[in-house]
Order: sequence, then C-alpha cells, then structure tokens
Amino acid sequence: MNTLASRARPTAPAWPALWRRAAPLAWPLGGIAVMLFVWWLGGLYLAGNPDTLMFASFAPGPTFAALWRMLGEAALWDAIGASLYRIGAGLFWGALIGIPLGIVIGYFSLAMRMANLPFQFLRMISPLAWMPLAVLIFDTWDGAIVFLILMASLWPIVFSTAHGVKRIDPGWFKVARNLGADSLQMLRRVILPAVMMDMMAGIRLAVGVAWVVLVPAEYLGVTSGLGYAINDARDTLDYAALTAVVLVIGVIGFALDSLCVMLMRRFNWQLEG
Amino acid sequence: MGATIHLNAITHRYKAGAPTVLEDIDDQIKSGERVVLIGRSGCGKSTLLHMIAGLLMPAEGCVKIAGRQVVRPSAKWNMMFQKPSLYPWMNVRDNVALGLRFAGAGKAEIRERVAGLLDLVGLADQAGANVQSLSGGQQQRVALARSLATRPDVLLLDEPFSALDAFTRASLQQEVAGICGDLGITLVTVTHDIDEAILMADRVLIMGRNPGRIEARLTVDLPWPRDPGSVDFQQRRRALMEQFQQTDQFQQTGDGSRTERPPSSAQDRDGAPWRRVSNG
Repeated sequence: MNTLASRARPTAPAWPALWRRAAPLAWPLGGIAVMLFVWWLGGLYLAGNPDTLMFASFAPGPTFAALWRMLGEAALWDAIGASLYRIGAGLFWGALIGIPLGIVIGYFSLAMRMANLPFQFLRMISPLAWMPLAVLIFDTWDGAIVFLILMASLWPIVFSTAHGVKRIDPGWFKVARNLGADSLQMLRRVILPAVMMDMMAGIRLAVGVAWVVLVPAEYLGVTSGLGYAINDARDTLDYAALTAVVLVIGVIGFALDSLCVMLMRRFNWQLEG
Repeated sequence: MGATIHLNAITHRYKAGAPTVLEDIDDQIKSGERVVLIGRSGCGKSTLLHMIAGLLMPAEGCVKIAGRQVVRPSAKWNMMFQKPSLYPWMNVRDNVALGLRFAGAGKAEIRERVAGLLDLVGLADQAGANVQSLSGGQQQRVALARSLATRPDVLLLDEPFSALDAFTRASLQQEVAGICGDLGITLVTVTHDIDEAILMADRVLIMGRNPGRIEARLTVDLPWPRDPGSVDFQQRRRALMEQFQQTDQFQQTGDGSRTERPPSSAQDRDGAPWRRVSNG
C-alpha cells in the first residue's frame, strides 16, 4: 500500500498541471462546441420538418462543405477584397475627419458645448438611413457605401478622441508650454501620444459598427462584396453557400476586432499592474 | 547662466472688482541668487511664481528677467511643479530630452546633454526605464533634469518636494540648491516649509495674505551645503519663525489700513508653517 502510494505520487500532479495550461483554451473551445451543437440541432429540426426540408443545408455539414469549396474559388476572395476595401476606405475617412474633430472638441470646451447636442443627435441616426442621400450624392455604389461606413465610424472616433483629450493631465500641457512647445509640437509630442489609446478604442468601436453596417449596405445595388454574396446565394437557393458567407463575415469581423485590440495594446503606455 | 529678476510693483486680482490677490510686490532677485517665497496657503506665492514663469500676466506691474518683460513661458525660465508630470509614453531619456527637441537641437547634442544631466541627477542607469516604474523622488529628479536640459537662467520651483518622503525631500533640497549654485542658475522656490526655506535660500521673502504682500525679507548667510543639525541653522530657523509670527500677529490685530480677518481664520486650517516645528 505504502509503496504503491509513493510510486503513484510523482505522476499524480501531472493532470492538474496539464489542466491549468489547457483550461484557458478549453473553455472557449467548449463554447464553440456548444454553438456548433445548437447549430447542428437547428439543422436537424429543419431537416425533420417537411415544410422546412429545403433549408436543411443551413446545417453545419453542408455549410462547411460549401465553405471548403468556396475557399478554392476566386469569387469568395473577390467578395472579401471588395468588402475590406470599402470598410478600409470608410474607416480611413472616418479617422481623417473624426480624429481632428475629436481633438478640437476635447480641447476647446466651447466647441464641446456646441457640438455635444447635435452630435449626440446625429449619432443616433442609423448610418443606413443616409442611403438614399448617399446614392444621390455619389456617382458610384462604392462611393455611397464608403460614405455610409464613414457615417458609421465617425461618431465613435470623434467621441472617444474628445473624451481622451479632455482627460489629459493639465500638468502635461503646462510642462510642455514651459519647455517652449509650439502648438504643432504640443499636438505631436503631447496630445496625440496621450490620446492614442482612446483613439484606438474609438476605432475599435467604429470597426465593430462599420462591419455590421457594411453587409446590409451591400444588399443594396452593388454586385460585389460579402453582403452581395449573401443576397446572391439566397437568390440562387444555395443556402449552404449563404451560411458559409455568414461564417466568413463572422471570422473576418473577429479578426478585425483582434487586430484593433492588438494595436490598443501596442499604444497602451499605462504600466500594467 | 543666471539672470536678474525684477518684480515691479505687481498688483493682481483675477477679475476687476475681485479681491486683491497680490499687492505692490516689489523686489529684485540677483543673478544666481537662491530665493525662497514662504507664506501660508492662499497668500498668492504660487500665483507670483506663475507670473515669473510667464504662465500668468499680472493685472498691474510687470516681471522682468534679464531686463526684458516676461510675457510668455520660455525654456529659459523653467518651472517645476509639485507633480513631476512626466510623459508616461516616453522613457526617462526622452522625457529629459523633450525641451531640447522642442528647441530643435541635433541628435548628437541631445544624446550628450541628456547623458550628462542623468549623471548629474544620479539616474544614468535608468535612462531607458519607464518613468512609471520610478519612485516619487526619482520622478522628481527626472523632472529636474528635464528642466535643466534647456540650460535655463532661472529655475522656479512650486513646492516640488512636498509629496516626497522626508529623506528623499532633504536630499533633493540640498541637491537642487547645490546644482543651481554650481551652474549659477537663479532659483526661486515657493514653499510653506520653514526647514526647506533655510535649507535652500540665500534670502527668504515672507509673504502675508489678504492681500498677498512681501511682509519681511530675511538673509540666510550660511555656508553651502547646509547642515540642518547645526546651531547656526537652528538659529536662522528660529529667526524666520519669529519673523513669521510677527507677520501673522500684525495681520491678526490689523493696523487700521488693512482688512481685518476674523479670529477664527487667524490660525490657518492647515497651519502649514508650524507643522514641522515639533519634528525639528
């Protein structure tokens, strides 16, 4: 008995140690497994009912098969490219307008008092509501969609940047002025690095909203992009492909968000702990 | 280095009709002199320092440094605050180099000057460190090096050591006074700490309040560096205390021409100047 116990002891702690290392990965993977299971149950339900049998290819099996096929085709990659271009261009303009606007609003309290009400009002308007106007203003569908992404991404960037500027330690301004900084140096060496994190947080929010708005925006008019791919799959009754595109949208959205989180960490100057 | 500071008939109120904060401040601080402004909270000593720095314009009168009126901040007269206000996204070296960068100095010059300054304040081995990982005293040393980087003629200290522990405070007080003496920088320190005043001053200006005025001037003729334990030091300290008490009594009884304060407020809430007496 004694010898057995002492022999077993060295190997016994291996399991908890292994579990500790695997646990951070195990829980999210478990979550994904639950999601897949619910999805599979849904597919089973659709297949079991004669009225919904035609939609059975929404299920995981056909979807992953379709996804695998589509990954080898140019069409999916073209759609991804078109969508990424639109969101990239929209975010670029959103940042180009939103960051300076946010800095002005955050720096001058008068500008803040003037801008707050109209901006809060504009912020609550769905970017998609601008669609008819965008179509009138812009010659191309692409231009209109980029404008909608701009409208979606502008407000989070403006508000986050303004909030960051307002929170800047007044001592930093005083010291910089004392050391002889002119306005441009103040902006470059003090304001921008100080609010970099808030700006990135705003851009992260903007990416989230913009990616959500992009798909319905691409339902309208255009003949490229992931939103169009969904519409196209619906029209051709290729439900497996439709779900595959939904999956791709989710994965890219997650990747974009992760990229933002990475950039936020990169620009975070606060010491951890 | 070093420059004369003229305080010419400065009277200040923040708004027309508001109470007078400073009244008829007149003094001449010699080039390289170390002066301490001491007074109770609210006597306007910090306001006066901000005026010397060019961060605030007096309503009447003017400040002149090296014969020229001060109308804006400049790296030539540099102010250090109670909070070091270091930039956390820069390491120690870049914080110190900031004023030189603003002035458009070359890379080689910046590298050389910053290395020298970090040596001077004893942080040469921390050049690449994150400023947030430094102790309060080390942070204030970085701020000191940053202020010295632009080779200022005048260094202005607004209670820069009050947030530090007693040991760090004592060594920094000696260091700053010593460095300014060596470099010939005119030093003006604002404090409500009597020991700090005797430790750092060639001359102490005692300020009364309501309105803020220079009530008395005291020359501290002790050799450098100063020894707080010496009999001479204690004697100067007592002299300053007495001077201070007189000023206070004068303000309490009033001389008819001044606004009298109610007795309840005569003893200041924080009693700052007396706080360290029992520890001395």
